[in-house]
Amino acid sequence: MAKRETPEVNAGSMADIAFLLLIFFLVTTTMDTDSGLARLLPPPVPENQEPPPPIKDRNVFTVLLNSNNQLLVKGKPLRVEELKDAAKEFILNEDNDEKLPEFKDVEVDFFGVVPVSKGVISLQNDNGTQYQAYLMVQNELQRAYNEVRNELARRKWGKGYDDLDEDQQKAIRAIYPQKISEAEPKNIGKN
Amino acid sequence: MAKFRKKGSKGLPPISTASLPDIVFMLLFFFMVSTTMKEVSLKVRIQSPQATELAKLEKKSLVTYIYVGVPTHQYKALYGSEPRIQLNDQFATVGDIQSYIAQEREGMKEADRPKMTTSIKADFDCPMGIITDIKQALRKAQALKINYSAVQKSNY
Repeated sequence: MAKRETPEVNAGSMADIAFLLLIFFLVTTTMDTDSGLARLLPPPVPENQEPPPPIKDRNVFTVLLNSNNQLLVKGKPLRVEELKDAAKEFILNEDNDEKLPEFKDVEVDFFGVVPVSKGVISLQNDNGTQYQAYLMVQNELQRAYNEVRNELARRKWGKGYDDLDEDQQKAIRAIYPQKISEAEPKNIGKN
Repeated sequence: MAKFRKKGSKGLPPISTASLPDIVFMLLFFFMVSTTMKEVSLKVRIQSPQATELAKLEKKSLVTYIYVGVPTHQYKALYGSEPRIQLNDQFATVGDIQSYIAQEREGMKEADRPKMTTSIKADFDCPMGIITDIKQALRKAQALKINYSAVQKSNY
């Protein structure tokens, strides 16, 4: 028998195989960047600390959320959809309303001395509140802050808050500090 | 007089595709390495709540996850149908959170520890009681940066 040369393995299809694998990984890869609402918890309170001085009524924006996912904002029932505007009104207090929070002059970079609201949003929920409802309230409050900050950023620099550099963001945060205080849990409106 | 060009002797030589597999393999390896397969298998059913004002969680290595939800079907007999906490691969109670956070913090680089974020992945239908307990435990554990995991709300 004539000695035949073993034919070379055709490597041309190697690329196809590799491509196939590549596409498989491309499709299955979930560069799943988790997202969510970022929050900062208050540090634990030392046990023998004296209670903080009371805050004036006009400086507090109380949001109560009961176990039926109903809202009570400053003593009035409100729908979640209306919460953002109510919160914005509270944060801005454009007409210096007597019932809305006071201001305190603070010096801020880029802006000079500006009045900064003393308002605090106080959020209290029930143990039976649905998580989604609670998150929705948090979301609306965040949205109010984001909108207020964005508006200021546009007025001052003509771009959105997210496009500003760090110092500018810091200045805006100083003018509209996000003050959401969550009360120690209580049982409201138990059924 | 009549000259015939020898077939194939001139003209553009074909581009060698021999290195194509190498390039593709390089890409392949890149994706294989950068892909993170899901590290934990969920034992609780989680349907993410919806929100609009989302912030991205940037560095995976800085994030600690706490899962909250009703145990899935196969664990129902053992753990009941009340929302439970899952840390890593096992069910836990609120009391375990502090040591879990401490342990996770141990595993981080010294410089990264203050940047540690805790992501609470909870089912949308959980009662707030359990979430509040977790928050209190996190406060005690000094893990103050938290993130309520949520998905983008599609229609608003």
